[in-house]
Order: sequence, then structure tokens, then C-alpha cells
Amino acid sequence: MVLPRWLLADRAGLVLLAVLAVISIGIPVLNLLVPPDHPLHLTAYTVTVLGKYLCYALLAVAIDLVWGYMGILSLGHAAFFALGGYCFGMYLMRQIGTRGVYGDPVLPDFMVFLNWQELPWYWHGFDLFWFAALMVLVVPGLLAFVFGWFAFRSRVSGVYLSIITQALTYALMLAFFRNEMGFGGNNGLTDFKDVLGFSLQANETRIVLFVLSALALAGGYLLCRWLVSTRLGRVLVAIRDSEDRARFLGYRVERVKALVFTLSAMLAGVAGALYVPQVGIINPGEFAPLNSIEAVIWVAVGGRGTLVGAVVGAVLVNYAKTWLTGALPEIWLFALGGLFVAVTLLLPRGLIGLLRRREATT
Amino acid sequence: MVSRTSFRAGLAGLALMLLAPLVVHAADDSALRSLLMQFREAADFTEKTALVEKLAAQDHPRTAILLKALADSRLYYQADGDRVVIGLNDAPEMTIEDAVSGEALGQTGKRELDRVTANNRLRAMIENLLASLGLASADPKQRRAAVESFLRNPDPAGVERLKARQGVEPDKKIQELLTAALALVDLASEDATVRAPAATALGGWTQPEIRGPLLRAAADDSDPAVREAAKIALTKTEFRLQMLGWAETLFFGLSLGSVLILAAIGLAVTFGVMGVINMAHGELMMLGAYTTWLVQQWLPVNWSLPVAVPLAFLVTALVGIAIERGIIRFLYGRPLETLLATFGVSLILQQAVRSIFSPLNRSVATPDWMSGTILLGPLEVTLNRLVIVGFCIAVFALLWLVLQRTRLGLEVRAVAQNRAMARAMGVRSARVDALTFGLGSGIAGVAGVALSQLTNVGPNLGQNYIVDSFMVVVFGGVGNLWGTLVAGLSLGVANKLLEPWSGAVLAKILVLVFLILFIQKRPRGLFPQRGRAAEV
Repeated sequence: MVLPRWLLADRAGLVLLAVLAVISIGIPVLNLLVPPDHPLHLTAYTVTVLGKYLCYALLAVAIDLVWGYMGILSLGHAAFFALGGYCFGMYLMRQIGTRGVYGDPVLPDFMVFLNWQELPWYWHGFDLFWFAALMVLVVPGLLAFVFGWFAFRSRVSGVYLSIITQALTYALMLAFFRNEMGFGGNNGLTDFKDVLGFSLQANETRIVLFVLSALALAGGYLLCRWLVSTRLGRVLVAIRDSEDRARFLGYRVERVKALVFTLSAMLAGVAGALYVPQVGIINPGEFAPLNSIEAVIWVAVGGRGTLVGAVVGAVLVNYAKTWLTGALPEIWLFALGGLFVAVTLLLPRGLIGLLRRREATT
Repeated sequence: MVSRTSFRAGLAGLALMLLAPLVVHAADDSALRSLLMQFREAADFTEKTALVEKLAAQDHPRTAILLKALADSRLYYQADGDRVVIGLNDAPEMTIEDAVSGEALGQTGKRELDRVTANNRLRAMIENLLASLGLASADPKQRRAAVESFLRNPDPAGVERLKARQGVEPDKKIQELLTAALALVDLASEDATVRAPAATALGGWTQPEIRGPLLRAAADDSDPAVREAAKIALTKTEFRLQMLGWAETLFFGLSLGSVLILAAIGLAVTFGVMGVINMAHGELMMLGAYTTWLVQQWLPVNWSLPVAVPLAFLVTALVGIAIERGIIRFLYGRPLETLLATFGVSLILQQAVRSIFSPLNRSVATPDWMSGTILLGPLEVTLNRLVIVGFCIAVFALLWLVLQRTRLGLEVRAVAQNRAMARAMGVRSARVDALTFGLGSGIAGVAGVALSQLTNVGPNLGQNYIVDSFMVVVFGGVGNLWGTLVAGLSLGVANKLLEPWSGAVLAKILVLVFLILFIQKRPRGLFPQRGRAAEV
């Protein structure tokens, strides 16, 4: 098998892809073929949790692309994640059909509850899988493009951009909390039954979703890795290191930024869309500014500007979160806060940076 | 000199006021007592009527109280003595006080007491007498209350009293109110030629007691001329109501704006002057609010705020200095990392408060002198919001003075403009950084004290304000205190203007969207910093 040069040079990436390949074969085997009473058997719950981590990892890769390579610290990427999730959640909602509590063939339960007579226009088409899948890319992408186009053209950068991305996700959160928006208000979208006719409760569906998440992560990683190895990738780094110089050299900085920001938002949307069927709910809480900032810290922990680090950070921090919120719930926020401080002060290059430095010295 | 003499006069006046009831009424007390005892001998209600008239004629501070007690059947004789008492509750062991002196007499069994009976005619008479007592009172507040109670319950019997009072009333406002009250009686007249001018005279009065009858007159008075007059009068009323509505919106906007300013002004120092993003700013406000709560555990509520303000400043300033010395100073020149690190601090502070004080909201009491409402011209405003507007102005002025008129302020501005040059001139920039950050954090704590009077005090208090306060600073222009002031006020007013039209949440979203668009257009805010510092 002949691999392109950009991939061959990326040893850490090859390791990551190998690991993803191993788990997407190994975990279905451990879940489906190993008998339940065997110590190596994986429960469906564990598979779902691991699948959730992979979605988070894809979100982290998307953030690393804009932060690590382009120097844009987005504090609103969870908004794109949540929008992708809502788009797919709307499809799942329409699939419920007459099995809802009120049994209305068209209207989701919460609309019947609010006494709505017909489907709002923006809900049309979401009963088709291909349309919903397309919207998962289009909606976050479009928002990111419009937002980014205006912001980058006016040369809003640095902390200003961080703050307005935070305001963006905050405004979206407030908006989605409103019942009048037609997205289920406080409760969000939940009570999903099946996807493409396969029950979401079934073990096999969960395995397929997990493998799809692994594939999406691998695909997202390869796309970003390829992108940063092209000439466009060099321009990105140039913009990060000296935006003015890149502009004076004749590059249309705002176009590059808007393009890559949009791509990153689409990746986040895909991550959200894969996340929703696995956890079974999407609500406005996903837009909370804290979520976006937490995602940024995954990248910082792993090491920004490495892509592999984003995956490592997302999985490690989320594993710690699952473990700590279960075992010592009081400690979790202390630990997370301490992590923010420790990483910025002591580990500016993250875990990957630490490994690389050790390699360089030996 | 002037102030000293007026101070002395004031003291003398105060002494007179304190002594007056004792000196003047010492003799009257016994007359009142014997008059009250005569009620016991009174054979029928005709005799009692005469006695009540005599009682009302007594110029004694307790007269009104006694009449009220008689009408409510709460006036008693002690069976075994010659004392008249007032029952304060209806328990079998009744709490009583002396009728004439008001001295508390503890509790007595109901059997020991004889009730002074009253019938409905007597009660109606007492009510009228009380109204005229109120009208004749020396206190303008009581006179106003008497007219207002007439408005609520227009009684033809009171008309003569009102007319008599109208001739001698010195207070112009009460005079107008009296005219309106009489016009309200005229509006119910049989004669249409009386009703029409009355309707005209009632225009512009927004009280529901006046507007209601006027609305009815405009809708279904038998005479077309009266209907027409009432309609014209009503347009005047509606206009006034509308103006009042606008004024109220404006005041709510100012009040919200001053909260925003208080929340943002500390950020204007740390972010604006130092260029440091402090995401833990909201949590410092939360610490200020919790300080208030703690102070209230030790001190009476009325005294807590004057103590809480400096204490909150101190506590949060120290925490701020610790954050600056422990974390931020290693991150100067790396704003994005500062943002993340201080966000971590905010999580730690939140969880610390949650672990120490419980995750539930704590209720912070409002002192008496801040509760209730006050009339600002025709506008009724809640006192705590008014106090917070004033407090915001005071904090702003103080900060302005510190930055413009003190040595520290001079050094802060010097370091902000050109750190290297300031150091060359002998400014210890590290110390200035710590103190500036302490100042900004201290103001956050003071803002927290104010917030504790308006919202729930809980671990999430800070989170709710952090996005807003950053928007205010960025909107006003980083590094510009006046910009923060203008931005806070205009955002507050804009929010409240939008609210009736769109609802509270949508108004907030619209303001946020506007700000996001505004920053695209003018990334440096309303009042951008000019000069060399702006280019860094």
C-alpha cells in the first residue's frame, strides 16, 4: 500500500489511525462476540460512552484546526456542534411518527403539547435522511461562514473574536431555551426511537454508530492533516504567526480564514450529529459557553497545533470527567479549573509537546 | 456660620418636637380619661353620639387611635379598675395597652374586660369624623391620605368637609387633588351641565379611581356633551399615562444600565487598562455578594451594607491580587492563555463556594432604608433600584478620581501607555500591575454587594453577568471609562425599550446580535483609544 508523503511523515497520525482501526474492529468483537459473562465483554453502555468520546475528539480536531493552525480561539464551537446535533435530532424526531406520547403522525410531542396546529416551515424536509444529513453540514457551515466573513473582513481578531464567539453561543443558547423557537425549549429533542429503521436501543445500532464515529474521526483527522500539509496549510500558519505580513504578501487573509472556519464548523456539526443518536438527547444546555471552553481545554491539554493532541486531550479529559463526576463529584470542577491553570502555566505545548521534547532530548 | 446656626435651630426644633407631647398634653390626659369613663355610664347610643363628638373635639395625639378602636370594637374597660384599654389582638389572653398613654399592659383574660359597644350609625359617624380629622391634620401626608381614601370611597356626606378644606388648604398639590375629588362627586350628579365640566376637570388624572368613572362616562353617559368632554379628558389621561410609561421604561433602563456598568467597570480596569482578560471577574462579584451575606449573619441588616461594601472590596481585591501574582503575571502578552487560565480560576471559585456555602441560593436581606417605593415627581420607583443607580454613579466617580488624581492612577496610566518607558522612569511596574488588578477586582466585589440586593446570591451569580459585562466594555471601547459608562447605560435602556415589544429573552438576544454586528463594524468600540497605545 502506498501512502502519500504527507501521511507518511506524520508518525503520530499513523499511530492514531492504527488505534482507530483496531478499536473499530476490536470493540464490536468484544461487545458482540464475547459472551456477556466473560471479563472482557464490553457492555453497550461502555460502547456508547466511548462513541461519545470519539465525537468529542472530532470536535477537538475541528477546534485545533482553527486555534492551533490559524490562531483563532473560538469560544463558540460547541454552538456548531449543537446545531449539527439539532439538525440530526430533528430527523430523529420526525422518525418517531405516531409512536410519540400524543401519537400525532406529523407533529413532535412538544408541539402538540404547545397546541401548535402545523409544522413550522423550517421543520419541513427533516423527515428525509439525506436532507437532514446535508443540513448537518450546511447549517453550522452557513452560520460560520456568515459570521466569519463579517468578522474577519472587519479584522476582528484575538480576544475580541473569542468574546464575540462566546456571545454568539450564549445568544443561541438563550434563543433555543425559548419554546417559541420550535425546538422543544428547555427539554430539547429527546425520546428518539430509531434511525433509518434501526432501533436506537439495539446493541447492533450502537455498534454501528460507534464505528461510524471512529470513521468520522479518522476522516476528519485525515482531512485536517491533508489540509495543513498543503500550500493553504502553510498560509494558515503564516496567518497565525503574523497576520499583517501574510496580508502584505498578497494573501487574502479574510477569505482563507472564513473558508477554514467554515470547514471547522462543519466538522463540529458532524460530530454533534453523531453524538445525538448515541446519547439520545440534545437540549439548549449544549450551547452553554462552558461547553465551548471545555472543548478548548481538551485541545490545550493534548497540545494545540498537533491534531493528534486534540484527540488525546479530548479522550483523556473526558475519561477523567466520567470517572470523577461519578466517584468524587465535588472534585470535578476543582480538577477542571486546576487543569486550565496548570496547562496554560506549565504545559503550553500540551502532552504531545511533552513527548516530543523528551524524544528530542534523548 | 450659616450651617452652624441652622444646625442649632434644628437641634432646638428636635428637642421641642420630643418634648411637645409630654408638656402640652400632660393636662389633657386626665380630661380624656374622664371623658372615656363617661362612655360607661352612657345610657343609649344618642348619648354615645354626643360623647363621640366631644372626643373628636379633643386636641390629643391619641384621638384618632381611640376613635378607630371604638369603631372596631376594640375599646374595653378593665372590670376591676377605672382604666380604659385597647385590645391589640383577639386571643383569649388579649394583649392590651392603655387607651390614653399607649403604654403596653401585657396580657389579660377576656373576662376581665368590658367592651365599649358601638352600632353601625356610630361607626359611620366615626368614619366621617376620622376623615375630617385627617383633612385637618397638620401633616400633609395624612391630609393627602384622607383625600385619597375619599377618592376610593366617595361619600356624599364628606363633600362639605372637602369644600371647607379646599378654602384653607395651603399645599398646592393637595389643593389640586381636592378639586379632582370634588369633580369626581360632580361627575355622579343628576345635572348634565354639572357633569360635563367635571369630566373636563378630571382629565390627566391617572389614578384608577378617577380614570375608571371617566371611562364609564365616556362610554355610556346619557348626555352626548358629557361623553364628548369625557373623551377629550381621557386623551389627556392616556397621554399622561403613556409619558409615565416611557419614564418608567427609562428608569428601568437606567437601573439595568447601572447594574451593567457596575459589573463592567472593574473589567474596564483589568481588561481596558491592563489588557488582561479576566474570566473570573463574574466570580469575584459572586464573592462580593457572599461577603454581604456573611456580614448579615453578624450584623443587623440595616447596618450591613455600609460594612459590606469596604469589606467586599478588601476581600475581592486580595483574591484578585493573589490571582495576578500567582497566575496572570506569568502570562502577560499571551491574552488567549490568560483567558483560559482565569476561566479555570472561575471554575475553582464557583466550586469552592458551592462546597463551602452549599449549592443553594442564599437570601440576602434588603435593609429597611432601601425597601419600599418613593415618588420621583409623578413616577413611583422602587427605592433599592434608585439607591443602586446612585451607588453606581458614586463608584464610577470614585474610580475616575483614583485614576486621574492619585499617584497610583498616574502610574497605572503610565504603565498602560508604555510599560518600558514607565519602568525607565522608576515606576515599579510589577507592583502597579498587582495593585491595578486588585483595584479592578475590588470593584467587582463592590458590584457584587449591589447585585446581592437585586438577584439571588448563588454560585452561578457571576456566570450570568460575564458575557454582558464583556460586551459593555467592548462596546464602549477598551481602555475608556466614559465609553463603559455610555455603553452600559445605552445597552440597559435599549434592553428595556425592546422588552415590552419582544419579551425579555428575545430583547437580550437582539441586543447581543446587535453587539456582534456592531463589533464587526467598529472593532474598537464606540470610543476607540487613540494614540500610540492603540497600535499595540
